[in-house]
Amino acid sequence: MKIGIPKEIHPGEKRVATTPEAAEQIIKLGFAVLVETGAGIGANISDDAYKEAGAEIVDNAKTLWEQSDIVIKVRAPERHPELTTDETDLLREGGRLISFIWPAQNPELMEKLAAKQATVLAMDSVPRMSRAQKLDALSSMANIAGYRAIVEAAQHFGRFFTGQITAAGKIPPAKVLVIGAGVAGLAAIGAAKGMGAIVRAFDTRPEVKEQIESMDAEFLMLDFKEEGSGTGGYAKTMSKEFIEAEMALFARQAMEVDIIVTTALIPGKPAPKLITKGMVESMKPGSVIVDLAAEQGGNCELTEKDQVVVRHDVTIIGYTNLPSRLANQSSQLYSTNIRHLLTELSPEKNGEINVNMDDEVIRGATVIKEGKITWPPPPPKLSAAPAPQTEAPAYVVQEAPKASPLKQLLPLIIGGAALFAIGAVAPEAFMAHFTVFVLACFVGYQVIWNVSPSLHTPLMSVTNAISGIIVIGALVQVSTPDSTIKILAGLAILIASINIAGGFLVTRRMLEMFRK
Amino acid sequence: MSHSLVTMSYIIATILFILSLSGLSKQETARKGNYYGMLGMAIAIAATALSGYVTSYEVLLGALVVGGAIGARAAIKVEMTQMPELVAIMHSLVGMAAVLVGYANFLDVSHPLIGVEKTIHEVEIYIGILIGAVTFSGSVIAFCKLSEKISGKPLLLPGRHWFNLLLLIAAVALAGVFLQQSENGSAIVPLAIMTGIALIFGIHMVMAIGGADMPVVVSMLNSYSGWAAAATGFMLSNDLLIVTGALVGSSGAILSYIMCRAMNRNFISVIAGGFGAAAGGEAAVIEGEVQPIDADETAQLLLEAKNIMIIPGYGMAVAQAQHTVNEITKLLKEKGKKVGFGIHPVAGRMPGHMNVLLAEAKVPYDIVYEMDEINEDWAHVDVSIVIGANDIVNPSALDDPNSPIAGMPVLECWKGGTTIVLKRSMASGYAGVGNPLFVLENTRMLFGDANATMQAVLKALKG
Repeated sequence: MKIGIPKEIHPGEKRVATTPEAAEQIIKLGFAVLVETGAGIGANISDDAYKEAGAEIVDNAKTLWEQSDIVIKVRAPERHPELTTDETDLLREGGRLISFIWPAQNPELMEKLAAKQATVLAMDSVPRMSRAQKLDALSSMANIAGYRAIVEAAQHFGRFFTGQITAAGKIPPAKVLVIGAGVAGLAAIGAAKGMGAIVRAFDTRPEVKEQIESMDAEFLMLDFKEEGSGTGGYAKTMSKEFIEAEMALFARQAMEVDIIVTTALIPGKPAPKLITKGMVESMKPGSVIVDLAAEQGGNCELTEKDQVVVRHDVTIIGYTNLPSRLANQSSQLYSTNIRHLLTELSPEKNGEINVNMDDEVIRGATVIKEGKITWPPPPPKLSAAPAPQTEAPAYVVQEAPKASPLKQLLPLIIGGAALFAIGAVAPEAFMAHFTVFVLACFVGYQVIWNVSPSLHTPLMSVTNAISGIIVIGALVQVSTPDSTIKILAGLAILIASINIAGGFLVTRRMLEMFRK
Repeated sequence: MSHSLVTMSYIIATILFILSLSGLSKQETARKGNYYGMLGMAIAIAATALSGYVTSYEVLLGALVVGGAIGARAAIKVEMTQMPELVAIMHSLVGMAAVLVGYANFLDVSHPLIGVEKTIHEVEIYIGILIGAVTFSGSVIAFCKLSEKISGKPLLLPGRHWFNLLLLIAAVALAGVFLQQSENGSAIVPLAIMTGIALIFGIHMVMAIGGADMPVVVSMLNSYSGWAAAATGFMLSNDLLIVTGALVGSSGAILSYIMCRAMNRNFISVIAGGFGAAAGGEAAVIEGEVQPIDADETAQLLLEAKNIMIIPGYGMAVAQAQHTVNEITKLLKEKGKKVGFGIHPVAGRMPGHMNVLLAEAKVPYDIVYEMDEINEDWAHVDVSIVIGANDIVNPSALDDPNSPIAGMPVLECWKGGTTIVLKRSMASGYAGVGNPLFVLENTRMLFGDANATMQAVLKALKG
């Protein structure tokens, strides 16, 4: 099958759906790859690089869309500025499309694609489960957005992130507040931490506390009990009381911190307004807010989509194309996600795809199948959050019952009594041997505990050889005139000497093999 | 040679044996220890042969040479993977020798004893033969199980504890009959019956023990062979035999104890046989999906990692993959990776089995670590490779109180970066327990024969 990679047409979009490295891998899966000329320019990838990877360059969009069995894009189809026609119209009748779609926000687009009898896989609809992590483009893009958010903030922030004491005076470290510790939030925490800032983070889902703390940031606790985890690892809308408590916390923090990064999103709903006008006013002059939710209306009241605005001496960044601002990196990650999806779609690596609706991952990603809208999929079975626990775990570690002193002493008492009993009846000669026996047991006990576990096998073979000492017993009997005894003793010597020779030699062989 | 001189030689031999065992405590001194043992044995045999007891040298030399040749041949021929079998069969030989010496001694009436001394002597013979016979038949069964001549599954007869008890009572009762009849010289019959009972007891005991408990059985039989030698020493009033037997006996006992502790199992319950019979409730069912990986991706992961830990199990020995693993280790070390081996005390079928296998493949012993040395450090490990092991890396031993292996210390590889598990199929381990490690998010399964897949990984690493 032919896979077509058109140039992205959204203004300012620099990403490309497939890099040459990924193209090479995709070709290995049996597909042919067509790339529109200049598709990689924004991400610093030349047409030659694609050619080298084995892809074919096509010089205009129209031909590319016509020739491709599968079209892979980053952004959802929209009006082509040069051809003055819609990308949807360029798609073949019954063609296949893989890209971000956002089916909930774009019902019209869905209708149009369905009318084309198309099969559409939306990268944003890949279910959130362990197996699908490698094709979760939302996560890989969010990671980049989080990182880039800190870089943008640093750009507009007039001071250092890290604290320093210099001859010219003391520089306090910047304080960064990250709201929403999803993938983007955690990436922002990591980037800010790496630059030396003091980072605090807040999230309604308690299970991320550990993740935040693992990044060495401070988790802001809200003295309020409510579980914020929805299905699929996303957050849900909280109660009014909770939001009030939360807002009070943000208001306090706003006066203190220099940079706020907000990443709070609830699936399928406008972004919650967390930073009010009043809070912005209370922030120190020169502070920066990066609103990663700008696309969905913004977490800050004063955010303007795709703009950087200064309000009340606070810079508010509302870029929605942060991943595109690191085009090479995000193209790389996105194309790896795409490659993994194609691997899932083409399990036989024969260059054909099979949209297997029984596969939970493919089922989730497929939003239109042969003209039928299949979105939304049935809810995912697995959640990243643990199942809710209604009560404390029922299993309590049982304390080992302490043995009573009598119980501990009992073996000693019995042993002592037995020894006395033997002593009472045994003749002197036996007692002499018995002394030797007991002492030898103790010597053995002391010596063996020091043996390193790696030498346990040689130890066993050596003790095996040594227990061949039983040959002595046979030796003293072999010379009796009684022929039965002689035969028995002779056999015993034979057997024991197998042991002696075998044991020592095999030990030697093993020990020779141990080397540094 | 005078009697005192012989005794002095025995003392020297005793000291050499103790030095031999203490020499084995460290790699550096182990070889010297082995030579001490050989020297001690040579001195003991020479002193006895020259002591004046011995006159028929032709039998003695003939038996020594033939036996020595057989032993030497076995030592040279044996594959390192077969070490447990060799050790088991050698235990059986000690048991056999003890039985033979016991009978020879019983039949020897040239040193008539009277009163208590006679009784004690006869009890010593009786016990010596009893232990010898149990060791013999038990070791033979262990050998058969280890070499898979018979199934490794525990044979659980109904009422087996009662059966054992019955055998024990019969053995004790026969001792009484034996002592009575030895007065009028017909004691050979009860002695022979007891030997039969002891043989059955040995067979039954080892038959009831499952394959996963083999390390305990092997070390326990090691201990028995020592006690058999010690009992023979009492019988012959020979201190050298007593000391040596006691040394070997306590050595085996300690090894058994270490093995039991490594599996968090009670020694008595291992000996009584059966596995998991005492588990309280239903073990948690393992749910989830495994994530397969192929050799190329494995190689990729290894190349990206800095710190790699390899966990070998019996499966590695079965697939004979240790040489390939060593090649991979060398290659990775050349590329500047830190590679180590994590060894669980009960990995393999015998204490220290894995160390011997790795040594055979020329893995340097200073990168082979014990469980306790590394179990704290998993957080620093980027990739761990589990080869043919299952129960020793089972997280449910720690967090599922109903698991049959609950409480057994395990290698906590899942706390590291990625775990790659090599496995032939999704079958459960020797303990028959499911392993939630396989479905963890950071676990990848590499299916196939361990040696073949490791070869493929090696090829991918090269290039």
